[in-house]
Amino acid sequence: MISVLAPLPVLLPLLGAAGALLVGRHPRTQRALSLLVLTAVLAVSVALLLQADAQGSTAVAVGGWPVPLGIVLVVDRLSALMLVVASTVALGVLVFAVGQGSADGSEETPLSIFHPTFLVLIAGVSNAFLAGDLFNLYVGFEILLMASYVLLTLGGSAPRVRAGITYVVVSLTSSLIFLAAIGLIYASTGTVNMAQLAIRLGDLPAGTQLLLQSMLLIAFSIKAAVFPLSAWLPDSYPTAPAPVTAVFAGLLTKVGVYAIIRTQTLLFPSGALDDLLMWAGLATMVMGILGAVAQTDIRRMLSFTLVSHIGYMVFGIALATVSGLAGAIFYVAHHIAIQTTLFLVAGLVERQGGSTAVDRLGGLAKRSPLLAFLFFVPAMNLAGIPPLSGFIGKLGLLEAGVADGSPLALMLVAGGVLTSLLTLLAIARVWTRAFWRPPTQAPADDTAAAAASDAGSSRGSPAEPALVGAGVADPDGEPTQRQAAWQAAWRRHERVATAGAPDWAPAARSVRALRPLPRVMVAATAAMVTVTVGLTFIAGPLYGYTQRAAEDILERTPYIESVSDGPVPAEEGE
Amino acid sequence: MTPTVVLPVIIGGLYAAGVYLLLDRSLTRVLVGFLLLGNATNLLLLSTGGPAGLAPILGYAEPEEMSDPLPQALILTAIVITFGVTAFILAMIHRSWALARNEAVGTDEEDRRVAGRHDTDADELDPDDLAPDDRPAGHADSLSERRLHGDGRDPGAPDAEELADDIDLPLGGGR
Repeated sequence: MISVLAPLPVLLPLLGAAGALLVGRHPRTQRALSLLVLTAVLAVSVALLLQADAQGSTAVAVGGWPVPLGIVLVVDRLSALMLVVASTVALGVLVFAVGQGSADGSEETPLSIFHPTFLVLIAGVSNAFLAGDLFNLYVGFEILLMASYVLLTLGGSAPRVRAGITYVVVSLTSSLIFLAAIGLIYASTGTVNMAQLAIRLGDLPAGTQLLLQSMLLIAFSIKAAVFPLSAWLPDSYPTAPAPVTAVFAGLLTKVGVYAIIRTQTLLFPSGALDDLLMWAGLATMVMGILGAVAQTDIRRMLSFTLVSHIGYMVFGIALATVSGLAGAIFYVAHHIAIQTTLFLVAGLVERQGGSTAVDRLGGLAKRSPLLAFLFFVPAMNLAGIPPLSGFIGKLGLLEAGVADGSPLALMLVAGGVLTSLLTLLAIARVWTRAFWRPPTQAPADDTAAAAASDAGSSRGSPAEPALVGAGVADPDGEPTQRQAAWQAAWRRHERVATAGAPDWAPAARSVRALRPLPRVMVAATAAMVTVTVGLTFIAGPLYGYTQRAAEDILERTPYIESVSDGPVPAEEGE
Repeated sequence: MTPTVVLPVIIGGLYAAGVYLLLDRSLTRVLVGFLLLGNATNLLLLSTGGPAGLAPILGYAEPEEMSDPLPQALILTAIVITFGVTAFILAMIHRSWALARNEAVGTDEEDRRVAGRHDTDADELDPDDLAPDDRPAGHADSLSERRLHGDGRDPGAPDAEELADDIDLPLGGGR
């Protein structure tokens, strides 16, 4: 049974991608196909989860090759949970993208390319979660990265190409480090199978172990955006289309976190780098959230909180106790769902308000109370307000930190609380400004000012003395950024002054394109919000599950034995 | 078996040259750097297989004389992946050239904007943006008028050159 099910999360999306390419000219069929495939993947993942929880770790040798030769897929509690969360999120994002595609035509998400690539991305993610040997993990990473390069540069506009270049070069560097590490590991142990490595790596000299561990850790930390290696993320994510950013933010960094959990617990249980990881976690939390507080664009703010909250997971991993790991795994599941949801909401905000720059938004709560609700609930969840799942995850991690009791762990507990508070601050600023500020206070006719500021910053023309009356442009040349802003402010001021009527606010409201929110997109976002709230209701059983998963991976033997005791041969090749 | 010094030297040289080129702002050099790094890694994988031997699997050599087939399989996979990525980067370079006549890594304008916000807080409301009733008591319209008709800019505001110096990057757009 499980031998048939285990390869399916990889196989189905790949076949689906091929099918979606074939029917590329029939958008309706293509959408139906990809939705069907992802629903099937979700069903299979749930089945695997139930199986893994009942029976523990199971290994499947693909193609029936014996262990050291063939590819092994391992389903244990951790990977099954990751699969379920990933496929849920992917399905939600796909429905959102379908809604956006049918609302916009195919400008933002060119359907014929988007759907196959999205499915390939999911195949890569599943492969990385299921991989039982390091090289297969590398292949999984490469599959998802290739798909993500294409998704990030969809449409090929100038900002996306610029962002894509940063992303591609950084990802390539991390992949090369990973590949070199695999080569060195093979040279020193003669295998790349993780279960065998878990036994053989312990016999190596401590220095060699440390070298291999740090190389893997650097490679995965780049992908997971752990602090000194995180600068690429806020630079490259925000420009992509909303569904793409959402799925990237939810899944891709977490694949890195998953790989860190696997290698730290299974391959290098000595914990030689745990203190370093603690410092990295602290720096990730604090530096990330300080970046978020400085941002005035919702998507960039969310990208920085994404980096920041990776720190919580690193903290749990570095503790290397059952409670710490259980908290980290729970937090990964929570954070995948929450971050995806928030980016989807940001996509809706962009449609409703015409921008994600907080300076240009206002009055969204009045204009669309539903949107405000959809933003508020996951935002509070992200900040960790009780009783939502973010609070439970953070509480678990902080308790684990206090139980550990070392000064460094206590410092991380303090850092975690501070990060949580600053997250609330960053969220509250967006909430008050974008949603509650009267629309007139948002610079209404600032397009000229914004354009001038875009151009002005690159041109760097010296500021001429402005001889401008109200609303008259400088005839001598282009107005500089400051002048244009002042002119805009002055025009607004004068309009207000001359209107004089008490109902000045509606009169001054600019003619801003009010685009209705497509129902499917709202429904998909609402479903994702429901999922994140639902995590709160199943938090008890889920926490029990992550506890068992953490015990399994710290004990190591279930994983190793499931592979070495002759895995179930699969009937089908891959 | 006598260890050879040739492979490590070549691998090290390729890594050094690759990293140097990868740090350049020009995309073509980045691409060449990536290719060098990829080849260095492939050679590293090759050298993990131990000394060269006879062809494996075919069955005309004793197992002791065979070379290790696994690193070769890994290299093949890595070469295919490198090939695909190279094609993609070339396409991006072409696109970047078609869009901007520029194949350097661009700067992030939003980064610069955020970095340029010295002392003005994002939450600070401009009194001029408020309704007259909502303005703080000390707000004088004459002040804004003086600033408008004076030199037209906030004395504390840095100009664009100064902003660019802050983050140590050349001015954005074309160069």
